[in-house]
Amino acid sequence: MAANCARVVCSLFGKSVNFASSTRPVTLQFCRQICGTPALRRKNLGPTVPETFTAEFIQKQVEEFEIGKRHLANMMGEDPENFTQEDIDRSIAYLFPSGLFEKRARPLMKHPVEIFPKQRAVQWGPDGRPFHFLFYTGKQAYYSLMHDLYGRVLKVEKHQDQLRAKGLFPTEPKQIALGPSRWLTKEEMEALLVEPISRQDYEHFIQLMERLLAMPCCSLEQQFVMSHRQQLEAQSMHQVVPPLQKDDAGVDFSTAEGRRKSSRGSVVVRDCGAGRLTVNGQDHLHYFPVLQDREQLMFPLQFCGLLGRFDLDCSVSGGGRSSQAGALRLAISRALLSFLSQSEGEAMRQAGLLTPDPRVRERKKPGQEGARRKFTWKKR
Amino acid sequence: ISDKMLDLPLEKQDLFRVSELFTVKDLFDARVHLGHKKGCRHRLMEPYLYDSSLDYDIIDLDKTAEDLRRALDKTAHTAYGGGIILFISRRRQFCHLVENTAKQCGEYAHTRYWQGGLFTNAHIQYGPGVRLPDLVVFLSTLNNVFQQHVAIRDARKMNIPTVGVVDSNCNPSLITYPVPGNDDTPVAMELYCRLFKTVINRAKNKRKQMELLHSLSEPSEPSS
Repeated sequence: MAANCARVVCSLFGKSVNFASSTRPVTLQFCRQICGTPALRRKNLGPTVPETFTAEFIQKQVEEFEIGKRHLANMMGEDPENFTQEDIDRSIAYLFPSGLFEKRARPLMKHPVEIFPKQRAVQWGPDGRPFHFLFYTGKQAYYSLMHDLYGRVLKVEKHQDQLRAKGLFPTEPKQIALGPSRWLTKEEMEALLVEPISRQDYEHFIQLMERLLAMPCCSLEQQFVMSHRQQLEAQSMHQVVPPLQKDDAGVDFSTAEGRRKSSRGSVVVRDCGAGRLTVNGQDHLHYFPVLQDREQLMFPLQFCGLLGRFDLDCSVSGGGRSSQAGALRLAISRALLSFLSQSEGEAMRQAGLLTPDPRVRERKKPGQEGARRKFTWKKR
Repeated sequence: ISDKMLDLPLEKQDLFRVSELFTVKDLFDARVHLGHKKGCRHRLMEPYLYDSSLDYDIIDLDKTAEDLRRALDKTAHTAYGGGIILFISRRRQFCHLVENTAKQCGEYAHTRYWQGGLFTNAHIQYGPGVRLPDLVVFLSTLNNVFQQHVAIRDARKMNIPTVGVVDSNCNPSLITYPVPGNDDTPVAMELYCRLFKTVINRAKNKRKQMELLHSLSEPSEPSS
């Protein structure tokens, strides 16, 4: 009954459209699909196989990328020979400006090797014989890694036995120099082996690695172990120290900037020995009448014990009194780094003087009075 | 050429001199005759057992020698014909040894957890157009829970001939070339691995010699 109605509706529209089509083309948007091919009706398509890209396809994509890169260079009026990836990114951002917040959704043009996931080539030769001796296990890369690792464990054990037989077994085992590092995560292992790994497989691998590390003579396999570890960078290595400059009078000074909420401050620290503080041309007592703000300014100097040594010339704008004080405190700490040693700078970092405060005003949400405050709840 | 090369081993008796590789004394020294206790005995293994002393079963080494020669001969013929040989053993102690053996003779090994459809669902597991092994060699027919390895049944389903070392607690019925013998002692396992490796390498060398001979004699013969 409903189908018949739909058919009638459709035919009415069809007639109207046919009449109208003589004057101008109109798309049939209201007509439901009554008849069509079985392929169109089938919705549940079943499990899809992950798309595999053939070698010729990737090759073609690489050629197209190279030609497109040269066209882009010509369009931007630059040299096609020396057109780097950064130039490409810049040009694409210029030609296709996008206001999307998600960086990965913006238009991009990269080499196909980075875009298409790494895949394994065909595993067997023309006679059908697979190349890898563990092919028939299904997880050849993982199992060959485990086989290799166990072989190394046996080798270290044999070496230890030989040392013990000669009587040279070290009483204090030479510790393997791991440094600040961690094991590669499951995802990184999967990328390394180009093969999916299950959680249990990964745990077995880590257990066997730990067993290798627990042996006294494991420093034989240092290189192999380090190739499966990821270096952690110490936080203090990232700190950029402002350069120490000398002005005309021969006085050392350094400049730094700091931000807090919406305040922007910059400070020039001079090694005069006066202990004067100027903020935006005024004395600090005039600019910051409140004790709390002045304490914030003095804290970096007090922490390092250099209270009367420096002359500070500050300028700050934006925000309120507290945020201006915080911005100037960060600027002073950064400027002081160039006068201090590495260990003192590390102490400042651990005290939290060099960490920019990430707190900003939270936006008001619709349906609420403020950022967190809800409207008064009425029972009825 | 390939027909003549493949007919050659069938014309001659024991072309690969398998019978010279080992003696019954070697089997005895490698403790191949030691079986499990009477309680673990499988009913179908009784014809292969010689006796039992203090309830420990002893495998008849004459039968073992004959079966082992037959199995090694079959392996040699498969390797000579360019077939794929897969070594399977689910014993953790000998996993590394078996994998090394396979690597050294250029064949394949599977000593890990057996995923369900590796033979029966091969085109999905590996990819379309895969070639399955032509011979499966079981160096231990039981898996870690003392049940028969799934691959025996699967190979039988896929019409792949099997060679298996059956201990006194194993079921020899589904295996094409059963070899009654001990699969628990390291000495025995090393013996088996050495024998299979030697035989396969011999067969492959023979094949290379034959190909060389035929390619040298080909210019003199008119190609038909």
